[in-house]
Amino acid sequence: MFETDEPKMTSFHIPTMAEMTANGNTPEVLFWVGCAGSFDDRAKRITKAIAKILNAAGTSFAVLGQEESCSGDPAKRAGNEFLYQMQAAQNIAILNGYGINRIITGCPHCFNVLKNEYPELGGNYEVQHHTQFIRELIEQGKLRMADGGVFKGKKITFHDPCYLGRGNGEYLAPREVIASLDAELIEMRRCKQNGLCCGAGGAQMFKEAEKGTAEVNHARTEDVLESKAEIVATGCPFCNTMMTDGVKHANKEGEIIVKDVAELIAEAADLL
Amino acid sequence: MMSQLIFLLLLSTGIFFFVRRIRFIQKNIRLGRDVDLSDQKAKRWKTMARVALGQGKMTARPVAGIMHIVIYVGFVIINLEMLEILLDGLLGTHRIFAEPLGPVYDVLIGSFEWLAAGVILSCVVFFIRRNGMAIARLRSRELAGWPSLDANIILVVEVLLMFAFLSMNATDGIAQLRGLPHYVNAGSFPVSQWLMPLYAGFSDTGLVAVERGMWWFHIAGVLAFLVYVPYSKHFHIILAFPNTYFSDLTPAGAMNNMESVTREVKLMMDPSADPYATPAESAEPPAPFGAKDATDLTWKQLMESYSCTECGRCTSECPANQTGKLLSPRKIMMDTRDRIEEIGKARDANGGQWESDGKSLLGHYITEEELWACTSCQACVQACPINISPMGIILDMRRSLIMEDSKSPESITSMFNNIENNGAPWAFPAESRGDWTQDV
Repeated sequence: MFETDEPKMTSFHIPTMAEMTANGNTPEVLFWVGCAGSFDDRAKRITKAIAKILNAAGTSFAVLGQEESCSGDPAKRAGNEFLYQMQAAQNIAILNGYGINRIITGCPHCFNVLKNEYPELGGNYEVQHHTQFIRELIEQGKLRMADGGVFKGKKITFHDPCYLGRGNGEYLAPREVIASLDAELIEMRRCKQNGLCCGAGGAQMFKEAEKGTAEVNHARTEDVLESKAEIVATGCPFCNTMMTDGVKHANKEGEIIVKDVAELIAEAADLL
Repeated sequence: MMSQLIFLLLLSTGIFFFVRRIRFIQKNIRLGRDVDLSDQKAKRWKTMARVALGQGKMTARPVAGIMHIVIYVGFVIINLEMLEILLDGLLGTHRIFAEPLGPVYDVLIGSFEWLAAGVILSCVVFFIRRNGMAIARLRSRELAGWPSLDANIILVVEVLLMFAFLSMNATDGIAQLRGLPHYVNAGSFPVSQWLMPLYAGFSDTGLVAVERGMWWFHIAGVLAFLVYVPYSKHFHIILAFPNTYFSDLTPAGAMNNMESVTREVKLMMDPSADPYATPAESAEPPAPFGAKDATDLTWKQLMESYSCTECGRCTSECPANQTGKLLSPRKIMMDTRDRIEEIGKARDANGGQWESDGKSLLGHYITEEELWACTSCQACVQACPINISPMGIILDMRRSLIMEDSKSPESITSMFNNIENNGAPWAFPAESRGDWTQDV
């Protein structure tokens, strides 16, 4: 479980909405991948894990592919409402054009914007974060963990993404999903409502931090070390990057692994 | 009769200055932009009941929270005693409730005394925490000077008022034992009995003088405090209620939509719209985007600035502040209030008309460096015991920086360009967005 190689090549096809529509089909859900999940090499592994989970659970899904564009979150949080609304208008036109009703996202920033901010601009969908959807799949018995429990007894802590936790009050779904791993879920000193940010939100991901005495992700890594967790579970590609860097900075790369909840599940269900 | 007149004069002077100050603040808050928060009344009352009346968020920090609740309950309940003092003062009576309430009166006075003792204890602990202990949020640089003095004045005055209340009871109790005229046998003195030895040696005249003196000190002190409160951070005792009533009820992650931008975007995307059309003569000049000055904020945000009691829970939870950045969410609120005060004073000095003084909240009070340190993590919003959102002001100011002044760190500009050109914050070609599907 400590190797970081690419997921195994298993063959299944991920259709785009354009393909599906051309074939006269409608998927159950649209998987909104997000920019990090589409382009960032590390985050792509999370994306693939989510896709494998959906596939294994028999969920009929599609992606937008080239038709997906940035949700506009970093532009809006950085103050560029114009750019945000242009992005939103474009995305909503496409989503509404395909008659999308249900969306799952691999990123809490996209999740928040699509769920809370698109409705005012005419985009009304049932939006779920991937941990919420995975919880449903487990509850419905559509997704089973493999025997042998690769995470049995492992100490896992969940780092709450701000826009899933405080932003939308979802603290339980990722924890319930982790609970299915038969691992030991431990909490950091600051968690849930009081969780410390990874430092990437509000468009910080795209700029240098302001002058200070420490980096936010290093401070958060201190919380991880204090908790004695062996695995930091994340639910956001940005948190994942920040925590991976933080663990590296603390020279704990060999001891603490940072993985998205979806990756842990995909691994436990022997999908990778 | 004379004392009744003096009392009436004192009372009306106190109320006059209080009301004058409230009117000033009200006018200042109304300088903010309009926002409609008249919806969801049931939910609003509930939020106010839970957060302000019920102190629902206070005990997130147990020590300060519990002692705050003691002071709060003490303040609310002991004010019942104020009603009696008012009536006695106006009618020239003494302990007017004693006879009609009978034994209930004894229970009431007894419980007031216990609460007064609790208030004194809490205020002393707060004073020590503030001045003798290294509690970071009570030592931040934005508290230097007046804010720190303000906090200490409040604590000292509360202790003095409670001491006066207990001394008044102690001397009254002795007077009752001595059977002095006017001192009806009433009340129970579970706490002030311990003060009685202090006054036991006084002559009858001396005793009555102290009792009357404490009575007058208490009422005069309360009236002075009434006038002081709206000049102070202590104004939260009133504004916490409307402020929580008008809480933002959307999920904390949701950021408001700018209607003015929506109109522009729709126009841009409408092929039949005439981009060169001149606006109608009657059209009002468009409002600036985002907030540059305090008057660009909504009235709710200005109300929040007057509601802030500078406890600093927001700042101590802020990841930027914790890692040594310049940003302090509390300072954002304090700056906003200072600026709208300045604007209000200039407006009144200018016969009610506000003319720009060339200054603005963004730039003269709050720097760009502070704004860009925010991660929009909402920890400040979560931490605020009365649902203030410093983050909302920060993000509104970023809007002004970007959309009015086109000022952004270089890397942020590149991020904007990337989104505009290839639909992602990084410089990856849009065509490759779906490439990951090829090797699943």
